[in-house]
Amino acid sequence: MSDTNHALEARNITKRFGRVQALHGISLTLKPGEMLGILGDNGAGKSTLMKILSGYHAPTTGELLVKGEQVEFTSVDHARSFGIECVYQDLALVNTLSVYHNMFLNREVRHGASPFLNHKEMRERAAAALEDIGVNVPSVDEEVGMLSGGQRQAIAIARAVSSNARVLLLDEPLAAMGAREAGMIIALIERLKARGDVSLIMIAHNYAQTLDVADKVMMVQRGTCTFEGRSADTSVLELLDIVKREYRAAAQ
Amino acid sequence: MNKKTKGLLALLLRKPEASILLVGIILIITFQSLTPDFFTNANMQTVSQFFAPWTLIACGEIMLLISGEVDLSVGQVFALAPFIMHFAIVAGLPVVLGVVVALLVSAFLGFCIGVITVRFGVPSFITTLGAMLLFNGLTLTISGGFPLDTPDGITGVILGGWEYSEILWAVGIALAMHIMLRHTRWGLHTVAAGGNPTGAAEAGIHIRRIKIGNFMMCSVLGGFAGILNAFHVTSIDPNAGGANVMFLAIASAVIGGTSLLGGSGTILGGLFGAAVLGILQDGFTLLGINAFTFDIITGAAILITMISNVQFAAWRRRSRI
Repeated sequence: MSDTNHALEARNITKRFGRVQALHGISLTLKPGEMLGILGDNGAGKSTLMKILSGYHAPTTGELLVKGEQVEFTSVDHARSFGIECVYQDLALVNTLSVYHNMFLNREVRHGASPFLNHKEMRERAAAALEDIGVNVPSVDEEVGMLSGGQRQAIAIARAVSSNARVLLLDEPLAAMGAREAGMIIALIERLKARGDVSLIMIAHNYAQTLDVADKVMMVQRGTCTFEGRSADTSVLELLDIVKREYRAAAQ
Repeated sequence: MNKKTKGLLALLLRKPEASILLVGIILIITFQSLTPDFFTNANMQTVSQFFAPWTLIACGEIMLLISGEVDLSVGQVFALAPFIMHFAIVAGLPVVLGVVVALLVSAFLGFCIGVITVRFGVPSFITTLGAMLLFNGLTLTISGGFPLDTPDGITGVILGGWEYSEILWAVGIALAMHIMLRHTRWGLHTVAAGGNPTGAAEAGIHIRRIKIGNFMMCSVLGGFAGILNAFHVTSIDPNAGGANVMFLAIASAVIGGTSLLGGSGTILGGLFGAAVLGILQDGFTLLGINAFTFDIITGAAILITMISNVQFAAWRRRSRI
């Protein structure tokens, strides 16, 4: 029973670290071009789920399927070979390298079979890739450390997209960002959605922003999914209610 | 400020090697105007022999510093390698192969330091501090504490017998390493390993391999500098090199614009930094200034460079030139 229409599917994923049960069976489906927002408190298991989807952790039990095929990721690189790419919170960017070097980090272009880097081609392709998804930077030669948090996040996303990722996992892309910068990233995510060739999963804390940009949302609390719904049918108050109910239950 | 001076200022701030080159030129002009002996063939030989070993070792230290490590033991490999060469030749190998064996042993020592550092997570400051004493003891033991003569022959002349051979090797290797740092994946990954180790690992870069490779390179360069120096003075001295040559090499690297915090650095800057220190030491000798003053100047230069590096970085961030 598998649906080849799903870019990514998780069935009843659990994860145990020693005596701590981090995830109690979480399932999700993601169609091509669809975006899922995962909400929840710190320590609720969101990041653990993300790390399982990106191949960093193996689930204790449960199944992962890519386009209907069951897969067992052995590493982040292995997951990447299936087109699943995670944009980490620490961005994995090197501040002292230029924008274009970061875009091509560990998949550098060389002059034919020689050991020498083809800076010109990387520069041009990086500029084209950024322009393609509408990311503005002063220059691709600029050191990444000189750029703002929003620009850095945009570059990290652009890098993932340009490496032919089909499923993008965004780990709190709007954290520690001002309204203007966050708006820029949301606009970028919307442009990616409009293209329709990538699916996205975003972890976030801001309910309003997430409902605004994602097609569907999921609430994770204490390792279980407590709510699932289409963004269009869900309100911020409804989500806040669920959180309150959960706290009351936990207090008793 | 007109456009031209502003452009020049921007270049000096953007390219740390440009500012140290300017300092070098100013020093040359100053010493030449103070003493007619500066631009003589004999003195140029002296200057070049001062800073050739610092340059070679600085090249190795720069790669290590960029990747976030340091090697304090390289000055002891400098002393040990010529003895390994000597024993290989005594065992019947031709001089060239003796040199090769000495460099292989140097590479192996670097490999050991690197593995201990990255495998067991010991800070390289500690690993190489231990290695420094260990290698020194090794050199004193196998030499019995006595110096030896270098072998005769053309290999020795090419490697250091001719007055300018040391500096030609040093500049040639520095240029090759500059290209490696700026134009190969190894160089780029070295910067990434020091600039954001977590990020580089997430991008799939093998940080341990990069670091071990740079430790090996640094040791080989230290051993090679020691061999060149031995041929130059025609003596293999168990007390050659040591901590002094290592610290001057690190000073050259830092003055030239390499960060002690990892993630950025320049080989050409290290070459110019070593040249500036060599010119200073030589100029002071020519002018008859107390040799102790040299240490005061070197120390002050490192402090000023570090302070200005921090200030310039902040200033660049603000003004975004």
